Amino acid sequence: MSAVTSSAPKPLLSPAVMATLKVLGVFGAIALAIVLLDLPDLLVQTLWEGLVAGVLYALIALGFVLIFKASGVFNFAQGIMVVFSALTLVGSYEIMTQRMGLPPGTVVAILAVIVAVATMFVLAWLVERIVLRPLVNQNDIIMLMATVGLTYFLIGFGEYVFGGNPKVMITSQLGLPVGSTQFNILGGRVNIQHLDVAAAVIASVMIAGLAFFFQYTRIGRALRAVADSHKAALSVGISLNQIWVIVWFTAGVVALVTGIMWGARSDVSFALEIIALKALSVLILGGFTSVPGAIVGGLIIGIGEKMGEGYWGPLFGGGIETWLAYVIALGFLLFRPQGLFGEKIIERI
Amino acid sequence: MFYRETGQFKTNYADDMAIFPIRQDRIGIAIIIAIALILPFMVSDFVLKTILLPFLALSVAVIGLNILTGYTGLISLGSAGFMGVGAYACYKLTTLFPEVNIIIWIFASGFFAAAVGVFFGLPSLRIKGLYLAVATLAAQFFLQWAFVRIPWLFNYNPSGAIEVPLRTLFGMPITGPTAELEVKYLICLGFVIGMTWLASNLVHGRIGRSWMAVRDMDIAAELMGIKLLNAKLMAFAVSSFFCGVSGALFVFLYLGGAEAGTEFAIRLSFLILFAVIIGGTGSMIGSFFGTAFIVALPTILKFGAPAIGIAITGATAEKIVLMIIGALTIYLLIVEPHGLARLWQIMKQKLRVWPFPY
Repeated sequence: MSAVTSSAPKPLLSPAVMATLKVLGVFGAIALAIVLLDLPDLLVQTLWEGLVAGVLYALIALGFVLIFKASGVFNFAQGIMVVFSALTLVGSYEIMTQRMGLPPGTVVAILAVIVAVATMFVLAWLVERIVLRPLVNQNDIIMLMATVGLTYFLIGFGEYVFGGNPKVMITSQLGLPVGSTQFNILGGRVNIQHLDVAAAVIASVMIAGLAFFFQYTRIGRALRAVADSHKAALSVGISLNQIWVIVWFTAGVVALVTGIMWGARSDVSFALEIIALKALSVLILGGFTSVPGAIVGGLIIGIGEKMGEGYWGPLFGGGIETWLAYVIALGFLLFRPQGLFGEKIIERI
Repeated sequence: MFYRETGQFKTNYADDMAIFPIRQDRIGIAIIIAIALILPFMVSDFVLKTILLPFLALSVAVIGLNILTGYTGLISLGSAGFMGVGAYACYKLTTLFPEVNIIIWIFASGFFAAAVGVFFGLPSLRIKGLYLAVATLAAQFFLQWAFVRIPWLFNYNPSGAIEVPLRTLFGMPITGPTAELEVKYLICLGFVIGMTWLASNLVHGRIGRSWMAVRDMDIAAELMGIKLLNAKLMAFAVSSFFCGVSGALFVFLYLGGAEAGTEFAIRLSFLILFAVIIGGTGSMIGSFFGTAFIVALPTILKFGAPAIGIAITGATAEKIVLMIIGALTIYLLIVEPHGLARLWQIMKQKLRVWPFPY
């Protein structure tokens, strides 16, 4: 297949990069116009908030991409896994401190993290056993609906076990910084939450760690093999079932980290579901199969959305954040139907 | 034995084009319609209101989405949005021109939904598969936003909700709080039968065949001379038309009013897609099975479980119902990925060969 695509003369820059550059150019021009017209400190503040939101969108999208690459399942439940894992963390912390009488603090918080990670492993194992294995080789849409079913199940289960009230993330117990610092830039003030800095750093470290894991470990190599071709991977003795458990578990851990970050910024409740839906637009923008796509897509959506809401929202009567992300993604898709970094779709009869 | 078409010959073109070419089917459908006509007078108002009316209203939308997803192969997650367009269009039309009969406006509101559907269907020419599914979320969220933020749509009502006014047919109230449930039911039934007949004729004709060709392989269909632009946009238009009519029925005959943007939320879109999948993609009868399943299941779980002695309180019940729905979805997909319509086919085959196994 690659022979077909590479026979054409290679352009100076790959189309994905060109498209990104074009759109960034447009965004840059708009941003410049805004700077000339408006307050520069407001711009920096909006950009920063967009960046942080983008990093978190990227993390959710990353979970999707991991699972889609390895098992071809469009895991609609990823967003709910984010909430569910965060809820498990906070819920088990509450149970341990209030019912079992353990002293509140970092030690118990770490125990709660271990419980949450273990829960995600059990979930991954159960999903592989109960959902994926019997449904192997079914249509995309059947798999999608199965994960929608999983979504409903997890919402019901999470609320049943931990109650439906929004919970407060155990931010300080986990050793995450709180508070904010004011910076004087460009004749104005910019307010930066310490937590957001921590979120950006942790996300970068995790992405780097995942990249290392995929590139240099035995399991990572097996994962990449499965992503390339299920049959070829099977023929060299890689156990698909095992890989699926690992991948779902990895996605679960990514979900947990994302859940901690989102939960610290707002409450932990299933209202976060809507954010998970927004991550889908990141996904189509970046392409289902591309990890860099998820990251770049997340940043574009995050920044675009905050800029749009901040500067043009009032023109439309506010609240355009709910759909702007999809319209941005749709704009990109019209030029690259498989997303910015997605695999080129080759259709034959 | 019971369902044997031997000896039923088609001797002219009219027979060949018949919607129900087999005698047993004709008898069956006559019995079903007869039962449907007397049913509202047999059951309690509670069953009528919580199961039968939403079943009829939603089944039109499920048929609509089945045309798009089951027959044309385009996945859409925006059907609730298009239902909303129908509901709001009907509301605007009947408040602007109250002298025209509401039945006409319910039908006409479908055309507004169809126009919106074609607009949001345009990306389907470039985008395929799951990418398209996510892209249609743009329609869903944009429309939902519009229902809240554009006050003209709900006549500047301070509560932001639409309230169904009183409308009559032959002097009998059919919408609004004073209308009888039985009357609403019969109106709904009339719409469902009419729309099903329309859909059935569409999918069995030239247009339907071009849709199925596009579903099976769109490039091949294009090479055979089917215009993809026309076929896909037509599918979006027809599907949205059905969703629009369904939305108007849903609000005017079932709910009696709609909160701003909450009725036509993403969850309803998923419910409709779920009904299509559970019922069986590309099957008319499956659409009804799927709708019956999604409408009846929550009610049965909520009110049936206490009846057999499982005491669950209101708040817990919601959660358990969600869990059971989720688990049942997965279970049904595993045991019968082709949906309930497949079970129906198996049953027909069994009836055909009975008393022999094959």
